[in-house]
Amino acid sequence: MASQTSTGELLRVSGLAASVDEKQILHGVDLSVGRGETHVLMGPNGAGKSTLGHVIMGDPTYNVTQGAITFDGQDVTALSPDKRSHAGMFLSFQAPVEIPGVPLSSFLRAAAANREGINLKGKQFRKHTQELCEELDFDPAYLDRELGVGFSGGEKKKLEMLQLLLLKPKLAILDETDSGLDVDALSVVSRGIDAYRRTCDGTLLIITHNTRILERLDVDRVHVMVKGRMVHEGPASLIEKIDTEGFEQFEQAAAAAQA
Amino acid sequence: MAKQHSEVADIDRSLYDFRYGEEGFERLDAGLTPEIVREISAKKDEPEWLLEFRLKSLEIYKSMQAPDWGPSIAGLDMDNIVTYVKPNTDQKNDWESLPDDVKNTFDRLGIPQAERAYLAGVGAQYDSELVYHNMQDTASKMGIVYSGIEEALHDPKWEPLIHEKFMTLIPPTDHKFAALHGAVWSGGSFVYVPKDTKLDFPLQSYFRLNAKGAGQFEHTLIIVEDGADLHFIEGCSAPKYNVANLHAGAVELFVGKNAHLRYSTIENWSKNMYNLNTKRSVCDEGGSIEWVSGSFGSHVGYLYPMSILSGRKSTCTFTGITFAGQGQDLDTGCKVVLAAPETSAAIETKSISKGGGVSTFRSSVVATEKAENSAASVSCQSLMLDADSRSDTIPAMDIRCKNVDVGHEATIGRISDDTVFYLMSRGISEEEARTMVVNGFADPVSKELPLEYAVEMNNLIKLEMEGAIG
Repeated sequence: MASQTSTGELLRVSGLAASVDEKQILHGVDLSVGRGETHVLMGPNGAGKSTLGHVIMGDPTYNVTQGAITFDGQDVTALSPDKRSHAGMFLSFQAPVEIPGVPLSSFLRAAAANREGINLKGKQFRKHTQELCEELDFDPAYLDRELGVGFSGGEKKKLEMLQLLLLKPKLAILDETDSGLDVDALSVVSRGIDAYRRTCDGTLLIITHNTRILERLDVDRVHVMVKGRMVHEGPASLIEKIDTEGFEQFEQAAAAAQA
Repeated sequence: MAKQHSEVADIDRSLYDFRYGEEGFERLDAGLTPEIVREISAKKDEPEWLLEFRLKSLEIYKSMQAPDWGPSIAGLDMDNIVTYVKPNTDQKNDWESLPDDVKNTFDRLGIPQAERAYLAGVGAQYDSELVYHNMQDTASKMGIVYSGIEEALHDPKWEPLIHEKFMTLIPPTDHKFAALHGAVWSGGSFVYVPKDTKLDFPLQSYFRLNAKGAGQFEHTLIIVEDGADLHFIEGCSAPKYNVANLHAGAVELFVGKNAHLRYSTIENWSKNMYNLNTKRSVCDEGGSIEWVSGSFGSHVGYLYPMSILSGRKSTCTFTGITFAGQGQDLDTGCKVVLAAPETSAAIETKSISKGGGVSTFRSSVVATEKAENSAASVSCQSLMLDADSRSDTIPAMDIRCKNVDVGHEATIGRISDDTVFYLMSRGISEEEARTMVVNGFADPVSKELPLEYAVEMNNLIKLEMEGAIG
């Protein structure tokens, strides 16, 4: 395993600049996430948090113009998203897609193919996915339905958690997984995160502007992003501060720094 | 990259693209003359009315213009098309008696295996003649007839019925290639299902055009009597040549009162083929016709299966998919005539275009003065896989009656980048991701097909998608 030779760092983003349609969104972002740690990325709407998550995963919508992404000791900046996935990276989507005509079970099978430690044999795979469904309070009947089609917002998020537990990535980037969820669904997502940390010693980067999901989590580090730049970093106590004071102070500081 | 996680097995492109020589085959001269038509008729020892029909059709053919509204058929020079190629065998009812090249062809296409597995009867045509025909005893004991149409013409029991029905749904005056068919048709199947007889397993005809620069003009005539039920499957393929081949078959389907016929096709002609095929059905009171149609091959295709709902409460459903890749211009769709009260038609089609391929969906719904309280819905979804490809929808409606409910919806889309990124972020390669979306898009059609054909269709899509990323 690469982990034995590398340091405790799993993800390093350095000087990352990215644009879409000539419009620059990330302006030299730095970020370091240690193995087994839970980091939170916060910031006001439009700060570029989701973009950063997508760029780390290799979304071709964005052009990386500068900087590098190193994952598990390997420079992944030029790798396609499927290769990043096989290297152990995972991004849960704010708005998971719908693909008519593709059964969820076939999709899960394709996603799990060629990965170590996943038994793909017909019945065992089915049994395993059914168990994961139950763990997440997700009706296993959905496995036979078309991917995402007719799923409620909560069901879509549960499906993201299901894949997280199935694929057991080294790093999970959860993009606004808590947005638009009712209390019950929120608790399922929290359960999913717990299970992920428990079963595979996972590393998390949670992107959110909502602090509620963080209440039950042991957070190691909090990063604050404003207008495509990292403007602050601190311990878990920063969450409470943001909860009461909002992002205004960071926005003002960012504006002052740029002026 | 390993690809084994796809649900369907890989196939070898050579599955369809292999050819044999024509040693011992009879090949008439190319072109179209009354002499050639007489020669075809003489070889078949036909009744006099049929020779006259052929010669009349040839005159009609000569007097008609080629269509000027669809894909170009300028590359099709009838003077170079051989209309009749007889393989070096007579019709057999066991595969082992066939010459090796013919037997191997159908073996490689999996026809004998399919027959053993799930079919009640099989007919196989090689170039201009049926070389194999067989039906299970259980079906013949039910009084079902499934034979070569020419064989049936020589049977005094069936000749009058064939004479009565032959080319009445598709008269030679219908269009130029219907006239051509009337003049030079050869081979094809005759099916007769007696009253209240229901066959649980499908019958299948497979058409293989091996000869270079030749035409295939088979005629399929199916009569499903009142209260009877049949599923008929038609498959076709050909190896690729660098000269034009032509397919101008005709399918005439007669569905009786409260009878049901399902007609499934997977067309996989090679990409030098001009597929100018005509299919038509008529339904009596309470009768229903279901078309399932997959068009994958051909250089140029004109194909619009037509349903004439002439009896009260008769129904039609049409489920079709067309895949136009590089060098293909496929003009497909369907026609419905609501010609009686309380009839209904549901049309759902999908089209996919890629690599500069052109796919046109053309539909026609006519409600006559008699169509009170009838309904028709037409839905066409198109998927374009790149910016070079083209997709058009041309719906026509002619409503001559009050109280008719006709609806049409069409969508044209592309595979969204978000979808591809989502799938790739889960470790799925770009090619596989796109294939998955296309297969999903085709799913409503593939699930209507018999299993073996659904697998074949998925394989064809997979083949078409290979190398699609670049």
